[in-house]
Amino acid sequence: MGIEVYLLILLVFLIVGALVAVETRNLLSSVISLGAVGFGLSIAFLFLRAPDLAIVKIAVEVVLLIFLIRATIGRDVIPGTGHIHWAGLVIICLLSAGLFVFAYHAFGSMKAFGSPIIADVQSAPSNKYLAEGLGQTGSANIVTAILLDYRAYDTLGEATVLFAAIIGALAVLRGTARSKRGKQK
Amino acid sequence: MKGMTVIVKTVTRWVKVFIFLYGIYIIVTGHLGPGGGFAGGVIIACSYILLTLAYGKDFASRRLSSQTAHRLDSAAAMLFLAIALFGLGSGGIFFSNFLQKRYPMEEFTLFSSGTIPISNIAIGLKVAASLFLIFTILSVFRIVLAADGKRKFVQEEEEE
Repeated sequence: MGIEVYLLILLVFLIVGALVAVETRNLLSSVISLGAVGFGLSIAFLFLRAPDLAIVKIAVEVVLLIFLIRATIGRDVIPGTGHIHWAGLVIICLLSAGLFVFAYHAFGSMKAFGSPIIADVQSAPSNKYLAEGLGQTGSANIVTAILLDYRAYDTLGEATVLFAAIIGALAVLRGTARSKRGKQK
Repeated sequence: MKGMTVIVKTVTRWVKVFIFLYGIYIIVTGHLGPGGGFAGGVIIACSYILLTLAYGKDFASRRLSSQTAHRLDSAAAMLFLAIALFGLGSGGIFFSNFLQKRYPMEEFTLFSSGTIPISNIAIGLKVAASLFLIFTILSVFRIVLAADGKRKFVQEEEEE
């Protein structure tokens, strides 16, 4: 049994978990099924031999679950209307069918699973990184070498995005709370 | 936010150090094995979040106040940018790995690969401080639906 079978089982699990997270009425069970999807995704990364991504995914998933449970616990259940919009349903079905046809043709033109494109294209930059990465950067982990040496500019952009997000969240939440307190006094 | 029961507090007292050390290990050996600044920073933030959940907000803010976390966040971002500018100044290339080019160390050792471990430490500090700040924001202020349907932000202590 190849690795694809395990991946397919995991993918079905992920899709079912995502559907449950979207469709369930209870906010807390939605958060928990979202967590199940995240942990399933980290197992998928392990199957694909990407331990760096798996570690990041597990750690972020734990923190995210704590955040979301802390934010949603004790919150009221938001009930749906229970009314089905038929026009919307028809549009969703048509769009899904179109996406499926497009994806079927797109995946048909891709190479088979487990045969990367860098094996055929010798001039691909990935080959250069893999061959010369240790000598040029001295880092045993090629993922870190690419993230922090070859593509460190991208990482700087990521760090800037995180910084801006923190400042935005602090400004929005703190400002409102201060004005509320000021009114009470 | 108040703390939890004595069982949780006791377990937290034993476990928090190991979580913190594991985060440091993941950051420091990021250039040797799987891991790196982001994952290690999240794990370090986890240990402080565990402290906050188990012992309450006041105890955790004595260990790491949000002001300190703010300064750490900014300092780590400046450190990362400083590494890039040093590379620009010495090698002529933004983010040039000037330490590795000048003083190449033996590979597969802890002190190898030049600026990469320093960048890892900077990113780890930044992510840890940022995530702790986000958690503090989310746990101190809560959005509450008022009776008239409007959302308002209240502090946790006022609500309980």
